[in-house]
Amino acid sequence: MTEQQGSSQSIPFWRDVRILRIVAQVLFLAAIGFSIWWLVSNLRTNLAISGLNLEFRFLGETAGFPISEGIAYEPTRSNGYAFWVGIVNTLRIAGIGVVLATLIGTVVGISRLSSNWLVRRLAGLYVETIRNIPLLVQLFFWYFAVILTGLPLVAASLRLPGSIYLSRRGLYMPWPVATDSFPLWSWFLVGGLALGIAAYVIRRLQLRRADRPGLPILWGLGALITFACIGWLVVPGNPLHLDIPVLERFNFVGGLSLSASFLALLIALSTYTGAFIAEIVRAGIQAVSKGQTEAANALGLRKMRVLRLVILPQAMRVIIPPLGSQYLNLIKNSSLAILIGYYDLMNVGTTIFNQTGRAVEMILLIMASYLTMSLLTSGLTNLYNRRMKLVER
Amino acid sequence: MAKKSNGMRSLVISIALVALAFIGYLSVINNGLTRDIAELRDEVAALTAQMNEQGETPLAEAQGSLNESTDQQSTRDVVLARGTLIAGVNAALPGFGTLDTATGEFTGFDVDYARAIAAALGLEIEFIPLTAGERFTALQTRQIDVLVRNTTWTLTRDSQDVAADFGPTTFYDGQGFIVRVADGIGSLLDMDGATVCVTSGTTTEGNLADVFRQNGLELNTQVFSETEASFGAYEAGACDCYTSDKSQLASLRGSASNPADHVILPDTISKEPLGPLTRHGDNEWSDIVRWVVYATFFAEEHGITQANVRTFASEDPEVRRFLGLEAGLGAKLGLAEDWAIEVIAAVGNYGEIYDRHLGPNGLGIPRPGSLNALWIDGGLIYAPAWR
Amino acid sequence: MNANTPQTNELAPPTERIPMIRWLHQNLFNSWFNAILTVVATIVIAAIVFGLGHWALTAARWEVIPANLKVLFVGTYPAEQLWRVWTILVLIGLITGFSGGRRSGMMGRIALVVSGGAVLLGLFPFPLGTRLWILGVGAAAGGGIGLGLLAKTRKSPWIRRIEIGVWLASLPVSILLLNGIGDVLPVIEGRTQWGFLLNLLGAIAGIALSLPIGILLALGRRSKLPAVRWVCTAYIEIIRGVPLISLLFMASIMLQLLLPDHIRPDLLVRAMVTIIAFSAAYMAENVRGGLQAIPQGQFEAAYALGLGKVLTTILIILPQALRAVIPAIVGQFIALFKDTTLFGFIAILELLSLSRSVVGNLEWRGTIFELYVFIGILFWTLCYSMSYVGRRIERTLGVGRQ
Repeated sequence: MTEQQGSSQSIPFWRDVRILRIVAQVLFLAAIGFSIWWLVSNLRTNLAISGLNLEFRFLGETAGFPISEGIAYEPTRSNGYAFWVGIVNTLRIAGIGVVLATLIGTVVGISRLSSNWLVRRLAGLYVETIRNIPLLVQLFFWYFAVILTGLPLVAASLRLPGSIYLSRRGLYMPWPVATDSFPLWSWFLVGGLALGIAAYVIRRLQLRRADRPGLPILWGLGALITFACIGWLVVPGNPLHLDIPVLERFNFVGGLSLSASFLALLIALSTYTGAFIAEIVRAGIQAVSKGQTEAANALGLRKMRVLRLVILPQAMRVIIPPLGSQYLNLIKNSSLAILIGYYDLMNVGTTIFNQTGRAVEMILLIMASYLTMSLLTSGLTNLYNRRMKLVER
Repeated sequence: MAKKSNGMRSLVISIALVALAFIGYLSVINNGLTRDIAELRDEVAALTAQMNEQGETPLAEAQGSLNESTDQQSTRDVVLARGTLIAGVNAALPGFGTLDTATGEFTGFDVDYARAIAAALGLEIEFIPLTAGERFTALQTRQIDVLVRNTTWTLTRDSQDVAADFGPTTFYDGQGFIVRVADGIGSLLDMDGATVCVTSGTTTEGNLADVFRQNGLELNTQVFSETEASFGAYEAGACDCYTSDKSQLASLRGSASNPADHVILPDTISKEPLGPLTRHGDNEWSDIVRWVVYATFFAEEHGITQANVRTFASEDPEVRRFLGLEAGLGAKLGLAEDWAIEVIAAVGNYGEIYDRHLGPNGLGIPRPGSLNALWIDGGLIYAPAWR
Repeated sequence: MNANTPQTNELAPPTERIPMIRWLHQNLFNSWFNAILTVVATIVIAAIVFGLGHWALTAARWEVIPANLKVLFVGTYPAEQLWRVWTILVLIGLITGFSGGRRSGMMGRIALVVSGGAVLLGLFPFPLGTRLWILGVGAAAGGGIGLGLLAKTRKSPWIRRIEIGVWLASLPVSILLLNGIGDVLPVIEGRTQWGFLLNLLGAIAGIALSLPIGILLALGRRSKLPAVRWVCTAYIEIIRGVPLISLLFMASIMLQLLLPDHIRPDLLVRAMVTIIAFSAAYMAENVRGGLQAIPQGQFEAAYALGLGKVLTTILIILPQALRAVIPAIVGQFIALFKDTTLFGFIAILELLSLSRSVVGNLEWRGTIFELYVFIGILFWTLCYSMSYVGRRIERTLGVGRQ
């Protein structure tokens, strides 16, 4: 800028950038502020006319409605606790869905580049079909067409080896349950964890000093498992008892139960997001220059090793950012649970709204919960991105 | 960096300027607000004093002046100015409110009552289909003028939380259960540990939880946002039982793929009085809605039907007042004198409306001996004195 | 090739004709792992195909679709007013043909597909009126192509302006025509029950209106003024962080509480506004990616030429950025089109929820799967075509890494 010459001539204020900047921001903020204030005052007027007001006290009131899936809950608990049950359910399906979707996506993505023509075409067909049909149609298909019609009734459940029962109501499987000696054993677990971390760190330093490849995690896990087993033998009785589902009059009791809605939502979400992840993985692998593959082949590495040691680590940088946004999409798509009866946070939030009539508060709560999860996920993705960047240089 | 600090400086200055402007604006209009509130208070005090002198209750007039100052017209005036009544109804409940997708026509018990209200005012009618979740907000935000959508009269809804006023109950219902005959369930007490399908957005979930807890029974639920999905899941075997108002159970059973496979249990676990709703603070309008409903009760009590209403002759002074042959009652409600004739001519009396949708030609819910019979026959359908 | 290279008749390398056995061996059984995969895949495919095929040919009641075509596609739109929908389709066919004829390339191919497809569809056993209209659409597209080819020879700048003007005007004119204005055209009631028409309308209006807003948001996010930047970033991040279904829920239940009494948009308008606001945030992110890809040199050259900020943006930056993100925009359109199925959650009877009402009829009980298959195929066809077009455009523009 010609500040040296210009200091003798003052710039007229309507051309002075500093003034213009302030004026522009003032106008902008004023416009935004005025709109928000207008909306809020309308809200308050409308609420006042109806005799309602914005408050969150209803969260302490008794819920009164049942939630049959998730952590321990009674209809006598409060609305706030019911909402928390919904959040935990969303996290449950999001967590498992993310893992499954990544698995499916990676497998299908790599299959798209397979030398086997049939596998390649099948993977391509899978991706193209799933990506172009709305998730809602797929969800209804899985729930109404497959699970509610294809699987047998509870009384005639499919019995899989290991006392696992599959029926229209869901999947029931044995699950360990804590007994009286569990607290004592948990001390062994804690000790084992400490030992495991110590072993991991020691092994990593060892390997780094000797500059040898290896998996220090194995040492850590080994230490943890050994100590836990010792603890199991030492502690009187069995700290964990396998609860086997038993068919009573109407339902299976005991063990872990995954409802049909949960299964349908899980399958739909993971196949849908997996298709998108497959494309991302494929693009990532193809982004690694061919010379890498050729050099690795020239070194005599087999195909799997090439993929694992050379291609995938480099592809990660291209894969991770869009992968993070796909995870976000999965979390947001889990809100469709309300249409097939899975008690996720959207479903429970809507039920609370129906029971108490508190529209504005519940919408704010629901959106705040999703925002928190989104921000956490994108924060983690950004963190991983930054780490990968540093490692590169 | 110079650029960044320039940017931040400009931001801070602009925020400060805007905040100053806002505070200034607020202080200017605040004076106006406090003035209005003081005026209101004086006005209400004066009216109260006046009414106390005359020995009348000040509530109605104070309400009226409050309405005027909060810019709230009576719905009756709004509706007459608009020329159309906007009624919130159900589009997916056979018998009470359904939308024929082929013709775009709404039919049903509640739909007929909405038509009756429109006929009383001589207006056109527009139907807004609403889900259970949005019905109250639609009423509160004045998207609809009246809600006739199989809504249960509860304390919460009558009071602060929903701020609605209920008209007379047009249908006395109760919550019940439908189960498969093959399961051999005889009553509620057999259902320990059962899975029950429910549709969300109604009083059903809460009643269900209450009654199971009361009897010490274990409950599993599957909740859907739409009835069709919920009942479909029950039919497919995902649940042992479906619960809802018994009238809805009757209609769902009729539309099941094999009605004989299902049975409605005799237990009725709650009271579900269904009726039309209007907003709080809208007394003139609520009165009109209330007396339109009573007109249909009255007509059946006195044998006035859709066919004979226009030519009905009687010496009974009460009937003559009803038909508007003797003066004055219509004007008290703000309606034309022959409003009752228009209502009955449009939809018929209570019995005819019932038989058309819920009788043997419709859902087949038996009326004799139930709460929906006329008071003369031992039911609760009772019109107050017509004078 | 420089001028010194002698001209030779270069033949393409001979294509090897591989006998079937060798092809199978090379592609399907080239290792024991692949051999197992092939066998397993074949078994799975056979099971699915035979199972589905058996159901489709024997147990399925496909009559539900032809019997309900009008309901599924236009819902409760009055039958005697359907000429409006057809008129819009004819007009769109005409303008598509014109653009296709004038430009050839991708647009030309689309125009040919539209006219050819319409003619093909006209051969199906629809009722006579429908067939005439479909053929009319095909004829309009064909005529448009002819006109466009004619116009290609003329060099008047007005032709291009008229073309752009008609495309821009097509959306508001269509909406006006569908809805009706005042006394001239009777206004049609029951706007929330129009079936597939609502999906199309929502997607098209959504993309068309969210594009300018998204561009503004993206520019705002890169602005040097912190206030503008923060507000735009906050808007984008908040909208992208919540699911569409919660925004629709807010629109149906809460939006009216934020507006005064005299402003009372009906449910469809509220849903459209929500989907436009939602899509604008995603569009902003796409456009931002395009803006970031523009080298700093472009800005500097433009400033050196004396173009101010606004002119630089409009004339230099945006054209390059938008061209780079057309594939992303196509992707966003596909996603938006699929998201319109969520309208059913707030009681707008679009295709998916209307089909469930159809199944509610006693006559069509239990035919829900046939309807889901039909809806799936319909969406798949449209979305796949759009993504194909997007990929072709991507290839033509050379977008992305080489």
